[in-house]
Parts: sequence; C-alpha cells; structure tokens
Amino acid sequence: MQLTQRHKEYWQRNLRMTAILLAIWFVVTFVVSYYARELNGVTFFGFPFGFYMGAQGSLVIYVVIIWFYARYMNTLDEEYGVHEGDD
Amino acid sequence: MATQSANATFFKQLQKYYTFYTGGFIAFVIVVGILEQMGVPSKILGYLFLGATILLYAGIGVMSKTADVGEYYVAGRRVPALFNGMATGADWMSAASFIGMAGTLYLSGYDGLAFVMGWTGGYCLVALFLAPYLRKFGQFTIPDFLGARYGGHIPRAIGVFAAILCSFTYVIAQIYGVGIITSRFTGLEFQIGVFAGLAGILVCSFLGGMKAVTWTQVAQYIILIFAYMIPVVWLSVQQTGIPVPQLVYGYQLQKVTAQEKVFNDKTTPLGAKEESVRAIFRDRAATADANLKGLETGGAAFLTTEKAKLEAKVVELKAAAAPDAKAIAAAEKSAKDYPADAAAAKKAWTAAKAGNAARAVPVKAHAEPFAAKDEAARDIAKKNFLALIFCLMVGTAALPHILMRFYTTPSVKQARQSVFWSLFFIFLLYFTAPALAVLAKYEVYHNLVGTSFAALPAWVANWRIVDPTLMNITDINMDGIVQLAEIVIGGDLIVLATPEIAGLPYVISGLVAAGGLAAALSTADGLLLTIANALSHDVYYKMIDQNATTTRRILVSKALLLVVAVLAAYVTSLKPGNILFLVGAAFSLAAAAFFPALVCGIFWKRANQLGAILGMSLGLGITAYYMYMTYPFFGVNAPLWWDINPISAGIFGIPLGFIGVIVGTLISPAPSKEVQELVDHVRYPSLDGDLNSNAA
Repeated sequence: MQLTQRHKEYWQRNLRMTAILLAIWFVVTFVVSYYARELNGVTFFGFPFGFYMGAQGSLVIYVVIIWFYARYMNTLDEEYGVHEGDD
Repeated sequence: MATQSANATFFKQLQKYYTFYTGGFIAFVIVVGILEQMGVPSKILGYLFLGATILLYAGIGVMSKTADVGEYYVAGRRVPALFNGMATGADWMSAASFIGMAGTLYLSGYDGLAFVMGWTGGYCLVALFLAPYLRKFGQFTIPDFLGARYGGHIPRAIGVFAAILCSFTYVIAQIYGVGIITSRFTGLEFQIGVFAGLAGILVCSFLGGMKAVTWTQVAQYIILIFAYMIPVVWLSVQQTGIPVPQLVYGYQLQKVTAQEKVFNDKTTPLGAKEESVRAIFRDRAATADANLKGLETGGAAFLTTEKAKLEAKVVELKAAAAPDAKAIAAAEKSAKDYPADAAAAKKAWTAAKAGNAARAVPVKAHAEPFAAKDEAARDIAKKNFLALIFCLMVGTAALPHILMRFYTTPSVKQARQSVFWSLFFIFLLYFTAPALAVLAKYEVYHNLVGTSFAALPAWVANWRIVDPTLMNITDINMDGIVQLAEIVIGGDLIVLATPEIAGLPYVISGLVAAGGLAAALSTADGLLLTIANALSHDVYYKMIDQNATTTRRILVSKALLLVVAVLAAYVTSLKPGNILFLVGAAFSLAAAAFFPALVCGIFWKRANQLGAILGMSLGLGITAYYMYMTYPFFGVNAPLWWDINPISAGIFGIPLGFIGVIVGTLISPAPSKEVQELVDHVRYPSLDGDLNSNAA
C-alpha cells in the first residue's frame, strides 16, 4: 500500500479544513463565552447577544460545522478517488 | 450496485415502519386522551403509558432477536445515517438532559448554558477527529481500536477499565432516573421502580444486542422529542400566541429581566415585599451565626444554658393565666429539637446559616453571565464555566457508548453524515430547553408571585403535596401573598410540571413521563451494552480465549449483561451521591482516558504503545485523584487547584494525557510498519489494495 502524492495532498487538505473548522469551533465556544458579559450589551432578536450565543447561536454554528465538513469531505473523497465503491 | 440498491430499499422500509409507528403512537396518545375525558383516573393512565411503552420496546427487542456476531455487536453495519442519528440522539440524551437540563437553566440562568454548549459542541470533535476514522477501522468496540493501533494487551486493558468505569458511573445516574420516573407516575416504591425499569432495558439489549438497541433507540427518540416539544409549544402559544418558543422567548426574557429589576428594587411595592421576606431570612442567618459564635466561645456550657432558657420558656408559657396551646407546643418543640451536643449543634447551625443566607440574597438575573459579588468571584465563575464546557465537549468525543454508534453505519461517508444527523436531533431538544426555562420563569414571576396563598394555581398546590422537595412554598412574612423569595423550586419540576402549568390535560403529563423514561432507558441500554461488550469481546474473546465460537461469545456477552445490569440496579437502589456529579464525573474520566490516545492514534503516526499507556494512565489517574481529593462526598476536601471545581477535573487530565502520549512515544521506538499502514488505512475511506479491517 504505497501512498501517492495525491493521497498526501488529500490528507493535507483534510487537515487544513479540520484546522479551520476547529478554529471556528474554538472562537464560538471559548472566545465568545469569555466575553459573554460584554456581548450582553448588544440586543439580538430581543435577546442579550451573549446569552443568545450560549443558548442558540453556538449550537446552530456547531450543526453547520458538521454539515459542512461531511459535505466537503464526501466531495473531496470523490475528487481524489478515495471514495467507497458502494453506499 | 447490488448493495447500494439493497441499502436504499432498506432505508425506504425503515422510513415506512417508523412513519407507521409514529402515527400509531399519536393514535395511542389520542385514545388515552379520550379515556381521560371519559373519567379514567390518572393513575391508570400513568400505568397505561409506562406499560405500553415498555412493552413496545420489548416488542422491538423480540423482533430484532439475533445470534449473529455482526448484528449483535454493530447492528450488521447497515444503519442509515439518518436513523443512526436518531439512535445516537436517544443514546445521548439521558434523564439528565430530558428532565434536568431545563431545571438547571431555570435555577442558574446563563451559567447553566455550559451544559447546553458542552453537550452539543462536543459533536464537532466527534465529527472532525473520530467518527469517520473509527468507521473505516470498523471493529466492534473502542478498546478494539486501542488494541489494534497500539498493540499488546495493556492499552486495550486500560481502555476496558476506563470504558467500564465511566459507563458504570453514568449508567447509575440513568437507572436512578428510571426509578424516579416510574415511582412518581405509578406510585411504586423507588427500589421496585428501578427493577421494573431494568426489566425493560434488559429485554431489549439482551435479545438483540446492538441491533435491538438501535431500533429501539430510534423509537425512543420519536417519543421523547414529541413529549418534550408539545408542552413547550403550548406554553409558548399561551404566553405569546406564537407556536415557535425558540424564536420568541427573547421577548419573554426581556420581561423576565425587567421583573427581576423590580423584585430587587426596594422602592417598588413588589420589591419592598420581597425585601421584607429577605430580611427575615437575614435575621435567621444572623441568629444561626450568633449561636455558632456563642458555641465557639462558650463551648458545651453555652448549649446547656441556652437549652435551659428554652425549657424555662415552656414552663413560663404553661404558667400563664390563659395558656396558649399553640405557643406551648412550638416552645416545647424547639426545646426538644435543641441540638444534643456541640458537634450536632455546629452542623445544624452551619447548615441553617448557609441555607437562610442563600435565600436572603437578591434575585439573580437570568441572562447575566457569571453573576457574583465581585470581580474576583466573577473570574472564578467564568473560569469554571469554560473549564466545564471543555470537559463536557471532550468527554462527548470520548464516551465509548457514543463512539461505538459510528461503527454501525454502512460507510465512512454515512458515518460523517450521521454525526450531522445526531447533532441535529440533539439540537432540537437542546435549543428548546433554554426557552422552556425562560417561559417557566415568566409564568412564576407573573402568574404565581402576587397571588394569594388561599388561591394558589392548581399545579403549585398539586406539586406542593406530591413532592415538597420540588415545590416548597411557605408564607414567610405572613402577608397571605406569594413573594418570589418564599418559593423554592427543585430543578426537575420544570419539565415535569410544564403540562400542568400550560393547562394541558393529564394525558400530556403521562406523555412527558414516557418521554423521560425513553430518555433514561435508551441511554442505559447503550451503556450496559458497552460494558458487557467490553467484558465479553475485549476481555473474554480478545484476551482470554481467541478460539471461542461465535455462539459462545454472544452467550458470554448476554450473561455479563445480566450480571452488570443487576449490579448497577443494586448500586442505584442504595442512592449514591448527586446525579449531576455522577454524570460530570463520567465525562471528565472518559475525556482524560480516551481522547488523547484516540486522536493521537489517528493523527500522529509516530504515537506508540508506551505513549498510549503513559497518556491514558496519567490522564485517568490525575482526574480520578483530583475528584477524590476535592469532591466533598469522599471527605478529603483538599484545597482546589486554581479554583477549579471537582466536576471539571478533566481540565487537568486531558492535557496531561496528551503530554503522556507525546513523552512516552518520544522515548521509545516508532511503531511497526503494519501499524503505520493501519493508520493510513483509517485515514482514507478507500485505498487500492485496502486492508479489510471490518470484523465480522
């Protein structure tokens, strides 16, 4: 089982996307929560924004992150010919 | 392709079955509703609901009976992404999520959101770091991966130990929930309720293993999501006229916040009344404090003189011209209840001081993050909030009963999609819980506070009798009117009482009970199966007898399932500790034990056996040590490290686990070529000349 240049490129692109999505996850979770008190000064759909992010905003972003990753990787599999035969 | 069309047909079939099932369930609820209107007593309705749902789960168990190893351990690896998502949702959402979450949010406001974020955001880590790779690896258990990736029996053995430790801690919390729900809605004893619920768990997992558990969990998800949504939507319609509570509760939150300001403002009539109640609690706390000080300086002599004073008071009252029987009884009671010795006195007064002081504080603003008395205390609250989120998230991505579910999809592609569906189905409940908390608070602030004690709303009057720990309301300042400071609400009340608050018929309360039961049973099923599989597959088959026949392996697994279930029920019936702590402990332990070794195993080819052994044992060890030293239950009460609460012990264990893996790896040789090929194998959904690691 010898990995080709394209295989390595596939893995690099996977790692890059993983890092980007992880960074978004980190900011949404920890940076936003850290400044929750400050963000509460802003009103968003009737909610204090800091509260909104904890109760709803971050959750929506998590769902989108996972949806996007699944779509991105499933396309990448096809592009690099490492997708499974049947599904 | 043949399999492709087979999978598609299977998917269509499932869709048909579960549509029928959902329709049937709705019809059942309507029939029970009609029975209620005809005057059938609510106790019978409660039995009907719990009986019918447990029978249903048992029925699915019987239908999914299997003796095939692949079906028993991983449901034949043909669970479509959507259905695996629902099953994972039910597997994931426990009694703590269903019943406890909204209550925690009601009681702690913003700070309770750590659970909402922690228990959803962890799926990002599952999706990015684990699910697709574990699916490609495609064996039966999580210790399987550790065993194959790191070689030798030791990493697998630590994995088995950790899997059992955290699953067992977690399963006790679930069976506890089952006991509470069955005993409350059927009037059975708690202990009997535990064993009755256990029967329901066992029939299912015992007969059909993962296959039966999967299809039951899908059914349970449908019940629990209906049961959660209906009362909240109805409450929202009542309060706002709009049936989408998640969108409109921001405006209710504004009203709640405005009302909180009024309660805390002594110059308003409402605020002044609140203040009068708080003053009474302050006095009581001060009295307890004075007694404590007296005890400190006077010692035992203080107790004797104080007790003599009380007894003298009794004599004096009795000798009065017109003896007041009520006052005499009260005085006699206080003399009789007077603490007998210094130790008892200290304990009683310390508790009284803390309890009364806690009720003397102003209302905490619901939406305010990290509310505390000063900047330093706020920083500690913030630090613990972030640490808890971190532990819950990493723990999510490390709990074996969840990760195991991603072995059951037909492909890597579907494993990725199924993480999305899992979080989507979990999200539906988790973004509703904060809405429910706010709507319930609105109800209490506007429709309970200010009513007269003679005309309490029906739900308050009922729950006050049913369970005083959930609803305790006393006229402290004797003005005949309810003040907020006079109400003590137990968190679990919020979900259980919502149907009554919203004025819905009893049938919906029965539905909520069935939903709570579904949540607890589905999680317990997944956990028990994890424990039994770790023992039967990893210990018995892989480590003791590699030549065991498949029949024998399944037989061993079933026998162990029975033993573990009975043991868990027995431990639960002893009522150990606080549920929330048990759950939190399971997350921290799993996070520290598994996450570093699993992630390094996939993303770092160089990681080797010594690294895994060192990382797992260090992570697990330090987490368990910190909990033991600081959690009051164990009685050591050592000082906290950087003010981190014991529930977040994983914050030390996880980094240490990574350090352990790295150091252990770097001081020993790189793993063999075969192991490195295995890593490549799991990284690519398909490779030319691919190994077939799918166990059968």
